Amino acid sequence: MSVFAIIAARLAKAALTLLCIAVLNFCLLHAAPGDPAVVLAGEAGAADEQMIEQLRERFGLDQPFGVQLWKYVSGVAQLDLGYSFRQGAPVIELIADRLPATLLLTGAAFVISLVCGIALGVAAAARVGKPQDSLLTTFALLFYATPLYWAALMAVLVFSVWLGWLPGFGYETVGAGYTGMARIIDIAQHLVLPALTLGLFFMAVYMRMTRASMLEVSTADFVKTARAKGLSDAVIRRRHILRNAILPVVTLAGLQAGQLIGGAVLTETVFAWPGIGRLMFESLAARDYNTILGVFLVSAAMVIAFNIVTDIVYRLVDPRIGARA
Amino acid sequence: MNSLKATTFLIAAALAAPLAAQQAGGRLDIVVQPEPPGLMLGLVQNGPTQLVAGDIYEGLLRYDTDLNPMPGLAESWEVAEDGLTYTFKLHEGVTWHDGEPFTAEDVVFSAGTFLPETHARLRASLAYVDTITALDPLTVEFKLKEPFGPFISVFESGTMPMVPKHIYEGTDFAANEANNTPIGTGPFKFDEWVKGSYIHLVKNEDYYVDGLPYLDEVYYRVIPDAASRAVAFETGEVDVLPGGSVENWDVARLTEMENVCSTGKGWEFFAPHAWMWLNNREGPTSDVRFRQAIMYAMDREFMRDVVWNGLGKVPTGPVSSATNFYSDDVTIYDHDPDKAKALLEEMGYDGSTIRLLPLPYGETWQRWAEAVRQNLSEVGINVEIDSTDVAGWNEKTSQWDYDMAFTYLYQYGDPALGVSRNYTADRIEKGSPWNNVEGYDNPELDAKWFAAATMTSAEERQAAYDEIQKEIVDDVPVAWMLELEFPTLYRCNVHDLVTTGIGVNDGPRNAWIEE
Repeated sequence: MSVFAIIAARLAKAALTLLCIAVLNFCLLHAAPGDPAVVLAGEAGAADEQMIEQLRERFGLDQPFGVQLWKYVSGVAQLDLGYSFRQGAPVIELIADRLPATLLLTGAAFVISLVCGIALGVAAAARVGKPQDSLLTTFALLFYATPLYWAALMAVLVFSVWLGWLPGFGYETVGAGYTGMARIIDIAQHLVLPALTLGLFFMAVYMRMTRASMLEVSTADFVKTARAKGLSDAVIRRRHILRNAILPVVTLAGLQAGQLIGGAVLTETVFAWPGIGRLMFESLAARDYNTILGVFLVSAAMVIAFNIVTDIVYRLVDPRIGARA
Repeated sequence: MNSLKATTFLIAAALAAPLAAQQAGGRLDIVVQPEPPGLMLGLVQNGPTQLVAGDIYEGLLRYDTDLNPMPGLAESWEVAEDGLTYTFKLHEGVTWHDGEPFTAEDVVFSAGTFLPETHARLRASLAYVDTITALDPLTVEFKLKEPFGPFISVFESGTMPMVPKHIYEGTDFAANEANNTPIGTGPFKFDEWVKGSYIHLVKNEDYYVDGLPYLDEVYYRVIPDAASRAVAFETGEVDVLPGGSVENWDVARLTEMENVCSTGKGWEFFAPHAWMWLNNREGPTSDVRFRQAIMYAMDREFMRDVVWNGLGKVPTGPVSSATNFYSDDVTIYDHDPDKAKALLEEMGYDGSTIRLLPLPYGETWQRWAEAVRQNLSEVGINVEIDSTDVAGWNEKTSQWDYDMAFTYLYQYGDPALGVSRNYTADRIEKGSPWNNVEGYDNPELDAKWFAAATMTSAEERQAAYDEIQKEIVDDVPVAWMLELEFPTLYRCNVHDLVTTGIGVNDGPRNAWIEE
């Protein structure tokens, strides 16, 4: 089967999966206690019957559940994610507004964790049993075990409050009016702490996994053969060991990539990063149904997309997978 | 030589300047938490919206920290002897932010057409209004059906914001595109809202009060995490932390910093009053002796000192000491576990478990619930703490699914506006957590509440409310916990930030920064 045929089949399945996810999310969310009209009315500090009825009517909550579900799902089928009555804007616009910030943050964290994780893992495996190896694995364990939330606050405390090196939160300097290069530098500075905090955990995971996998593969017969052929250590490590050892890392990276949209709620909250994770969290608190469903759906689509990408990457890294399929 | 001269000159200039000469210019960064759902104050009136939109929209009157009315959009006003006619003379030369003139027609539209449809809290007060008439472009007359004592207190910006007739007349108010770019008459104009980051307001150059506002711009910063908000203030990223935006233990720490001032003022109009609803309908809490036992069992002073870091005041009853017509001539419930135990024994409490629903507003409230459980378990009451989020809390309380539930409510300066709604039987309505949720039903007292609302003389009203407070405190319909104090933290070189009973909500109007 050609790669294109596989992709086509996967996409067809993906569409069905997404539809199921939309229905399931809708049902789950409506089963949760609380209703957006009461929340909105409640925030006003006063509410009467008339106000709540007005709001429910406006939100379409006065209609039977089946009708609401049908309206939503048929909307989704036409790529219409609905309207956020709370925020007075189409959901797709809200998500599009927040998407760049999130992708920048999670993308940076993804690259940092993957590159550093693999590099450190290879380095640790090459020096297995030596002090450098112990040092690296200890740090990895530390990062792995540290709660993200705490690490984030400590990073702010140290680098922003005490040392004053980096801005502690936000996406850019508010009201500075930077443009062009100055703006890029400004955003990059704001990006450092949240991206590192978010990246640390996965970096530790990649490192441990690369190290273990490298060590396992390095005892394989074909490595002995390569060594017997007189290849240099560096070439063996790069072409023979790493290439075979990288598969589990790719699997995991696929999983992390799937979380690029929804996986940064805590980091975005602590660093006041104006991304999707926060939009989802705040919408959940307000029971802003359409917005939450929209974010869920986009995240789900992302997970599915990256699963497909991961599959393709497998084939590139290890041609045997394609040959067997 | 030159620089020496310059320095001398500067020193001389500084000495010559009067101490409180307001300086124009500068930018103020204020925390807003959570991010408001919208800024059109006529449609949304939650706390964050009032904070931001209080600079954009205005009411006819403003109120000082003793709740006396002050000129707002109305420069003078008159109340007729019979308490039925209120006449307002509007400020001359006021324009909306889009340049259109503000006239009496806008007042008639706002109070007569727009707000009755959108503003639940005001609707209850407007029920007393018979007609609203524009006598001339700068004069408006409100005629009431019957006297309504607190009527003079309903003209504040969050209660009766003036909205532009020329934009909203004949449209679907909630769906109007203009809601995203609010147009008011206030000292600041809406400029930009970057969702999730900040709201930017700029100086209204055409503001009708000469010289005001002093500030060039105001940024409302959205920072979702309480600890990060504290850090933002610490690092100088923001200049003002409005009440309630950081946890109490951080308040103490931040106030000790250099150039940081703190004030508890600016909440008098709201007078947030915290209590626990005790379900009067069923279970042990339906027995008045049980409810009294709860009051005696709790060490409310201790809770205030520990949970609230000493901020606030233990209340004597339903009316806050900051609100008009307060009385302390009532039964005082001191911490007396023996009395509590005696009451429980007398009623034959069987030790059944009582569910307590904390307010899901952060750590402080969680700890408060734990302190209550601790106190109650000391007299033998079993308490189980329910946990939920804000939406779940709304649902549970408005469906009466609780035994004890924390809440707090604003009082809006007058018992008839912000207190009686929680105690009269006509306000027992499922579906809203902002009425008589506990189910307290006392027809005799109801009659007194209603009568007190429609009296015209302040003395009469005081006497009536004295009586009501004395009686209701013995019934303990709810367990009054604390008159909350939300201190505002700000840099000491920001002056005149809190000058009214609504504090920072209209603070930037007069605020100025000393360089």
